[in-house]
Amino acid sequence: MSKKITIEPVTRVEGHGKVTIHLDDNNQVAQSRLHIVEFRGFERFIQGRPYWEAPVLVQRLCGICPVSHHLAAAKALDVIVGAGTGDGLTPTGEKMRRLMHYGQMFQSHVLHFFHLASPDLLFGIDGDPALRNVIGIAIKHKELAVQAVMMRKFGQEIIKATAGKKVHGTGAIPGGINKHLTQEEKDHFLNGPDPMNIDKMIDWSLGALEFFKGYHAKNKDLIDNFASFPSSHVSLVRKDGAMDLYHGVLRGIDTNGKKILDDVDYQDYLQYIDEEVKSWSYMKFPYLKSIGKKDGWYRVGPLARMNTVEFIPTPLAQKEFEIFKAYTNGKPNGMSMHMHWARLIEILHSAEMMKELLNDPDLMSGELTVKGTKGREGVGLLEAPRGTLFHHYRINDDDQIEMANLIVSTTNNNTPMNTAVNLAAKQFMNGQTEITEGMMNAVEVAIRAYDPCLSCATHALGKMPLEAIILDANGMEIDRKLKNG
Amino acid sequence: MGKKILFYGYGNPGRQDDALGIRFIERMQTWVEEKGYNNISFDSNYQLNIEDADTISGHDIVFFVDASMEQLEGFNISEVEFSNAQVEFTMHAISPGVVLSLCKQIYNKVPQTYLIHIKGFEWELEFDKGLTDNGEKNLQDALKFMQKRLPEIIENPSAVIF
Repeated sequence: MSKKITIEPVTRVEGHGKVTIHLDDNNQVAQSRLHIVEFRGFERFIQGRPYWEAPVLVQRLCGICPVSHHLAAAKALDVIVGAGTGDGLTPTGEKMRRLMHYGQMFQSHVLHFFHLASPDLLFGIDGDPALRNVIGIAIKHKELAVQAVMMRKFGQEIIKATAGKKVHGTGAIPGGINKHLTQEEKDHFLNGPDPMNIDKMIDWSLGALEFFKGYHAKNKDLIDNFASFPSSHVSLVRKDGAMDLYHGVLRGIDTNGKKILDDVDYQDYLQYIDEEVKSWSYMKFPYLKSIGKKDGWYRVGPLARMNTVEFIPTPLAQKEFEIFKAYTNGKPNGMSMHMHWARLIEILHSAEMMKELLNDPDLMSGELTVKGTKGREGVGLLEAPRGTLFHHYRINDDDQIEMANLIVSTTNNNTPMNTAVNLAAKQFMNGQTEITEGMMNAVEVAIRAYDPCLSCATHALGKMPLEAIILDANGMEIDRKLKNG
Repeated sequence: MGKKILFYGYGNPGRQDDALGIRFIERMQTWVEEKGYNNISFDSNYQLNIEDADTISGHDIVFFVDASMEQLEGFNISEVEFSNAQVEFTMHAISPGVVLSLCKQIYNKVPQTYLIHIKGFEWELEFDKGLTDNGEKNLQDALKFMQKRLPEIIENPSAVIF
């Protein structure tokens, strides 16, 4: 005899999913799963389209990280137009794209931390839901809310200046970029009146890290033990082992830090990575072929990147990286809530990178594009805010896309999110037959740490209320909770 | 100096009628520029988000424009009320009410804020299909209505009632 608790969809996660929690006869959690309930097959839609449209078309996937899709598609098409595999662009082309990418990383991470994560930290996982949100932050911690708003705005303005516009940007094109940065834009970002300048963004990024570290010191049990588990980790790294969120080679490490993916060329990703389909979810389960389906899963995203890279090539973020690494004596870190810490280090790194790029004269002049011998197939990878993003295209004689394959960050984190849900459910729901709001939020906190974007992971649109259902072994409903979407 | 008015449309223009808010902004902006009205600005994005509290704080009257799945007679205009956000399901779903509440909490400003909801019908990723015919008709009706009312609003902002 067993019981099943269903929570759907996960609040404050892009798109929607549901969580089922199976209880045994003693009301102990036997198994938990994160189900993805909608699929729209974006790859099929893009087939037959002229290849040069892809960087704009893929932004239709969702409005949360369109820049990541825009750039990953452009990188794949660089290969097709003969512009190299990520390092063949003109200095202007590459640096403008990098500025766009770091602007996106900055604003996305800021939104996640201040809007989605900090309410759980400041008010508690089981805190009053009327306060446990961004308005509560504005009421009780106004300075944090102001920083969140202005940091988001700064990142959005960087995107607009580099991509051309906020909606369906056109900046990145196969082989390069279509605009320079103007002197006026450069002055605005470097020397704008407080707080809208890059130095203030760096100050606030450091402040957010201090806030987190202070919170961590007082709440070690939650931050270190909640949904903590060992895993492999995968990300791009620069060839010298540095963090590089825009381009690099694929590196994977196991739970002991041993390389299991040895800095390989991502054009060959199909040699190393495959995806498993399971009957209970529309989202696939990627794994490393060399290890196999059962144990070959891995984490991507901020925490994975802290584990795979050897250093961060900006001074302030490097100092924070050293503190982060020292906490686990240099060993791989599997603590899900440390994802927030890692995300904050990346916010700081992104701000430093933006400052470095904004001071680079190549942004304001120089050739925008490069072309070479055209090919048929290309792969573009980058480190999106939520983790490694794969775009793979093949074109036909008529320059139409005949094959597209996307592995988005959230899909890469499918098994880790399920693992985190299972751990959170066991911690908060063992012995329970009734779901409280706090229990539901605990499960969501585990998922939200990964900042999943189910909208593009499933290529879905829409929202629905959050519903939690407890079923007994006979399928009889014994409890139901509903949250408004 | 007249009141500062903002029209702000949102939605994903790649998904058929989800573009209604953004198309409204494009056409309204063209019309306003032809008429030569001052102090009216326009913005658009995929969805509302927290930074829009800053955007609206600099305006006296704000019109958010969005596509709607609800059963409306073409379009609807309603005054936006404060929302305390509760626990939100997605970041897509930050509502005009949350933006207004944030604006009040952070900037201590409360612009007169309205939501123009235009009924849409199809939301799929159909690359060669734009707005549906019925969505287009609703958009034109909403534009016609606002273009008629805008001169009155400019003339006498305190009398804005929908």
